[in-house]
Amino acid sequence: MDRKLALFSAAAILAAMTAGMLASVPRDASVRWTDRELQLISSLSLSGLPELPPDPSNAVADDPRAAVLGRKLFFDTRMSGNGKVACASCHLPDRQFQDGIPLGRGIGETARRTMPIAGTAYSPWQFWDGRADSQWAQALGPLENPTEHGSNRQAIVEVVAANYAQEFRAVFGAEPVELPLDRAFANVGKAIAAFERTIVPQKSRFDLYADAVSSGQPSDALTAQELTGLKLFIGAGNCVNCHNGPLFTDNDFHNTGVPAVAHLPPDTGRAGGVAIVQRDPFNCLGEFSDAKPEVCTELTFMKSEGEELVRAFKTPSLRNVAARAPFMHAGQMASLADVVTHYSEAPLAPEGHSELEPLDLSQEEQDALVAFLVTLSSEAPR
Amino acid sequence: MFQKLWLIPAVLLVAGGIAFAATRSTPPADLDYSLSHLSKDGHYQVTLVPGIDPVPVGKMHAWLVDVTDAAGQPVDADIVIDGGMPQHGHGLPTVPAVTGKDHHGRHIVGGMRFNMPGWWVLKVEISGTAGVDTATFNLAL
Ligand code: HEC
Ligand code: HEC
Ligand SMILES: [Cu+2]
Repeated sequence: MDRKLALFSAAAILAAMTAGMLASVPRDASVRWTDRELQLISSLSLSGLPELPPDPSNAVADDPRAAVLGRKLFFDTRMSGNGKVACASCHLPDRQFQDGIPLGRGIGETARRTMPIAGTAYSPWQFWDGRADSQWAQALGPLENPTEHGSNRQAIVEVVAANYAQEFRAVFGAEPVELPLDRAFANVGKAIAAFERTIVPQKSRFDLYADAVSSGQPSDALTAQELTGLKLFIGAGNCVNCHNGPLFTDNDFHNTGVPAVAHLPPDTGRAGGVAIVQRDPFNCLGEFSDAKPEVCTELTFMKSEGEELVRAFKTPSLRNVAARAPFMHAGQMASLADVVTHYSEAPLAPEGHSELEPLDLSQEEQDALVAFLVTLSSEAPR
Repeated sequence: MFQKLWLIPAVLLVAGGIAFAATRSTPPADLDYSLSHLSKDGHYQVTLVPGIDPVPVGKMHAWLVDVTDAAGQPVDADIVIDGGMPQHGHGLPTVPAVTGKDHHGRHIVGGMRFNMPGWWVLKVEISGTAGVDTATFNLAL
């Protein structure tokens, strides 16, 4: 009896192990992708990034003169309460337009992490909570935020009038002082947005691989470990659910159970953001928008209520992610290893409901995911 | 010692089951992906026409919803679209709404955007001459 049982057990173990092995991730470079996997890999390639989408709410979005003016404004510290803070103080061009610290530092300290700017022209929502619906409406926020530029629209327009009157007139047809204050202020944002639109990510080693295998060519651009990570990313790790498309973001908001920061005020994420963007006078449907109301589809069909919005934050692009620790909306995680451990364990959300379920990844699998994320690094966005 | 050996396959099987559940990537095999069928109680024939084919991930677009009664007569209905991803436990990222109708049973629904690849379910609730009924559709992106 014992013997039969033992034999049965041995056979069952063998069967279970083989099944387990078949189902697990291949550990050698000769990965055979399924059609579905190939489709997902190719959907992530930067080669699939469409042309810059138009911004109908900003008539000067693609005017090169506006971009030149916007670039100057982006670096101008005079547009701040203490004369020392520019957009570029937190969005450092040589650090992917972010600052590498948990919370941004302007006149005071912000309650969230500085976000990188590359590719934001593709995003219908700006900020971690999406409380602005265009790059130009976004740019007006920090100028009047007491912890950032700490200035006000009157003072901002005066600085622009005193230093950029001619350039401003060339782009907007009138000098700042000739326009109603809010109109002139909105135009400051539109010029800055025209500059920001030009900042897009560059190709990475992953793209070399994706483009090769998508066209049926073999490629040794990625190592066996990185391929294991890629397989997890588009498969059992579920990462591609949210980090999808050429920018590795679904441009949406999710509660992923990221811990709250003890010393900061409670942050409801998207739940708070929807209310702000709805009543923002600078939104797509507002009087300073150049868009016809019917093209403001994101705002019109926006999901504005529900449990899913509580502590939901914008899915960040993962392009170049390895070079911009710390991570998450308030810099809660110091390393990519910490991030992947978070996904493996999927802790309960401090508020609302986390969309994640524990992945219970082995250390080897976690290392592979981190290795894959590093393959998304490229030259500096420009 | 042998007595406890049966535990090992049992544990392995359970572990395998958990690993499978965690994958959550494959929808049930027998799903009906047709975009035209009768509503649950048979009151309406509902046909969906995506404004972009194949349906894209991440792009905002509009759909047409054609409604007829069981006899094939066009129905001018009130339509509510809801949906989500059963395996991910979330709804649609937007709130689609009817933006126009032509009174021949054709309704334009704006605000359709699917933010993830995978299995989506769309629920179309129709309130028309024959009462309230629901038609459910599957979508693989
Ligand atoms: C004090 C540091 C600081 C300054 C100065 C600052 N930012 Fe930011 N920026 C941040 C932080 C922090 C966030 C995220 C804030 C949030 O979500 O509430 C952010 C978010 C953004 C985003 C959103 C990106 C995305 O993916 O949604 C853009 C774009 C941006 N800033 C551009 C600007 C511009 C333009 C200026 C100048 C007018 C500026 N920032 C000034 C810290 C700063
Ligand atoms: C349910 C959607 C979702 C899934 C699934 C998901 N992510 Fe995320 N990811 C997010 C969101 C949202 C954030 C930002 C969360 C926050 O700050 O609160 C994020 C943040 C990150 C960051 C930090 C980026 C930064 O700039 O701070 C990394 C790295 C990352 N995810 C990698 C992964 C990997 C690897 C997986 C798979 C194991 C994964 N994600 C699965 C939505 C998701
Ligand atoms: Cu989903």
